[in-house]
Amino acid sequence: MAVNAGNQVVKAKSSRDDRQMLLFMAVIACYLILALALPLYAILSKSFENNDGEFIGLANYIEYFNTPSLTYSIENSLTVSFITTLISVTIAFLLAYGLNRSCMPFKGAFKMISMVPILVPSLLPGIALIYLFGKQGMIRWLLFGNEIYGPIGIVISEVFFTLPHALIIITTALSIADARLYEAADSLQASKTKIFFTVTLPGARYGLISAAFVVFTLTITDFGAPKVIGGDFNVLATDIYKQVIGQQNFEMGAVVSLVLLLPAALAFGVDRIVQRKQVALLSSRAVALEPKPDKVFDRIMLCYAIVVSIFILGILATCQYAALIEFYPYNLTIGLTNYQFDLMDGGGWDSYYNSLELAIWTAVIGTVVVFLGAFMVEKGRKFNSGRNLFQFLAMLPMAVPGLVLGLAYIFFFNSPNNPLNFLYHTMAILVISTITHFYTVSHLTAVTALKQMDREFESVAASLKAPFYKTLGKVTVPVCLPAILDISIYLFVNAMTTVSAVVFLYGPHTGLASVAVLNMDDAGDIAPAAAMGMMIFYTNAGVRLLHGLLSRGVLQKTQSWRNRT
Amino acid sequence: MPENTDCEPYLRISRLTKKFGDFTALEEISLVVNEGEFVCFLGPSGCGKTTLLRAIAGLDIQTWGEVEQAGKDVSSLPPSMRDFGIVFQSYALFPNLTIEKNIGYGLESQRLPRSEINSRVGALLDLVGMPDQGKKYPAQLSGGQQQRVALARAIAISPGLLLLDEPLSALDAKVRVKLRHEIKELQAKLGVTTIMVTHDQEEALTMADRIVVMNDGVIEQIGTPQEIYNWPQTRFVANFIGTMNFFPATVTGQDQINAGQVSLSCAVGENQVGDAITASIRPEDIAVGRQDQNRLDARIEVIEFLGAFVRAELSINGMESSRLLADFSANLVRREQLAEGMIISIALPAESIRIYPA
Repeated sequence: MAVNAGNQVVKAKSSRDDRQMLLFMAVIACYLILALALPLYAILSKSFENNDGEFIGLANYIEYFNTPSLTYSIENSLTVSFITTLISVTIAFLLAYGLNRSCMPFKGAFKMISMVPILVPSLLPGIALIYLFGKQGMIRWLLFGNEIYGPIGIVISEVFFTLPHALIIITTALSIADARLYEAADSLQASKTKIFFTVTLPGARYGLISAAFVVFTLTITDFGAPKVIGGDFNVLATDIYKQVIGQQNFEMGAVVSLVLLLPAALAFGVDRIVQRKQVALLSSRAVALEPKPDKVFDRIMLCYAIVVSIFILGILATCQYAALIEFYPYNLTIGLTNYQFDLMDGGGWDSYYNSLELAIWTAVIGTVVVFLGAFMVEKGRKFNSGRNLFQFLAMLPMAVPGLVLGLAYIFFFNSPNNPLNFLYHTMAILVISTITHFYTVSHLTAVTALKQMDREFESVAASLKAPFYKTLGKVTVPVCLPAILDISIYLFVNAMTTVSAVVFLYGPHTGLASVAVLNMDDAGDIAPAAAMGMMIFYTNAGVRLLHGLLSRGVLQKTQSWRNRT
Repeated sequence: MPENTDCEPYLRISRLTKKFGDFTALEEISLVVNEGEFVCFLGPSGCGKTTLLRAIAGLDIQTWGEVEQAGKDVSSLPPSMRDFGIVFQSYALFPNLTIEKNIGYGLESQRLPRSEINSRVGALLDLVGMPDQGKKYPAQLSGGQQQRVALARAIAISPGLLLLDEPLSALDAKVRVKLRHEIKELQAKLGVTTIMVTHDQEEALTMADRIVVMNDGVIEQIGTPQEIYNWPQTRFVANFIGTMNFFPATVTGQDQINAGQVSLSCAVGENQVGDAITASIRPEDIAVGRQDQNRLDARIEVIEFLGAFVRAELSINGMESSRLLADFSANLVRREQLAEGMIISIALPAESIRIYPA
């Protein structure tokens, strides 16, 4: 800034609000540094050390790249991820197109069904596939002699697992289409095909790119599906697990983690850029597109939606069937034997209750932390560089695969020098890691809701001498209640299903349901694993339902001001 | 700047400058607002008027320069430590609170007893003419009503300074005119020093005691509405306020200019013979008939009917480079039977011609 002679630059004094908000932000930033930045640093430095903790430079990396059995996994991971991305995005795009642009019936039901995979751990489709296509699978002939264990099984599982994520993004992209563009194209007598390729696809391109990157990242970092159905087909995520749990080779685990971090971080970076462009498209004033009935087209789309729904519900139903059958395929009586988890290894019913506890803590604490953090970033008045740093920390977890985060926690929290060492193997560390793992999406939801509020609320409140926490409690939180509920349910559901970060962190008394699915499957108790997976599904579906009822009941009461009459 | 000597200066802004990186949004703004005065900041969008208002409120603090309010230097204070009420174009009413709660919001922070808050809220609702609406939510009110509530909320804490940021811009034309009078009346009744930002000159002319015309981050002119309209000091002000004819001319002598081949007499001020200048006259100042001074023959090219008056586009014999707009009353048009294509005799009264640098 040019200093003009005699002009003293005014240094704005901070109000009590400013100082208090800074304090809040600093506390949450410290949390993110402790729960994210330092563990990541720990894993990075570990990859340059040997077993005794001595610095050995790139030796671990050189060893890694000279071990073909390990580097094969890079190719395997990339192949599986590319194929999954292609299939999942295509299926999702066609379904989103049908839901958005046709007049087919039962759209609500199809939307609901397509969200089912979010409610189950990514291990579950693998288990279903074993029953369907395994050695004694019910419809094994459909594979024409191919093996389900391996890339085929992984790709099918990952398509199931990533479909809802792709669908949400593409639906959003399609729903911002401007009806006027279509009217203009119609009036210029463009054919339907031409309109599709010149208007529809270009309009949805950012959504497609974004969906592709999200699916790619989810697949390459997912550990559940390849663990259950991968067989001898190694991928990066299972390598980390094997190195750490199987061979206790933590340093090599760190190296593989960083190799896995690279594509995930890259995909994340590109996605952020694309998202920004998408926002620019959104801001223009568009007229909403209302689809017109077209008998043939609507029927085709309906059939297609039914096929996709059969795929999703089929997987779920197979798991339910597996859970209820006494001993497939020899004793097909229906019963609840498989739900007697206390009779199996894997932690028994306790692990289910632990999962519930984890999910509730994560939802409650996580929502408070995330919303307060987002509030300070959005509505704080000063300390811009601090706010930018916070924003960066909040976006970082998205780029870090769960397994990498979990391993980083081992290095950081299990180090004897760390005063936080006592957290290891406790419920607290599971809660911390889960909140951190799913921080970014929650943060973005909160920020979006806060951005939709009038920017001048805080100015008015300051002029009325009301402290910020009064406006936060009386106005901001009530107005953002729908978003807050969304965040808490998102955290709850993910805490129930997640395996990746927590698989390294649970202790003898803090086993989790999702981990129990993994361990029981590992031990060959596939039916109980399916049963436990279904327990997670019932819980999440129930919570979702409750969320829906809440939105209709309590929410309607507190949000009555939204109605004009 | 015409100092109003019967009033105490309440707000003093000295050499205030606001920079955003390399861009200078406000440059060396100095200004005094007197106690109880209604001042409008008027200018096109991007002129810096809202930036100046936000600096006065402490919402976006200036890069340098001072703001002194009621004898106290508030230059570096955050908004919560200043004394003002503010109304925004968007109303910024808290959507989930009733009208009563909105108006009482600032009173609650003063820790007044509930009964006193209630009675003051009731009085304020009466004051803005909405006695029965206290239990409603903002979304149930019309835009004009919402703006009244925002106003009531701002004055509830009896601020020393009332800031209005384009308060009427989001409203329908009719509501706007009605609220203009209401705000002005309320301000006079309360005697609160008020600053309003607007880009609407009609609003500024009808409401303000004094107008501060701004452009490109500097003050072009400060004056009463009459001064601003009748004696615009710069070409920008002349052009921005009302309608103005501009035509190129040269100074030819003592109070004498030439526009094309037409010689006109008018005050030339400091200008020297031979200086190229721009002369100006308002359409309504062009007279029809037989005056002695500055008489011209004009041909009516186009007549545009505008209700109470017509606007005629005139071409002047000997002044081919520019056409002049002239406003004639409907009465005059009837009497003289003015029509397109007619040649008429007009005059440009010397006292109505103002000149600016070319």
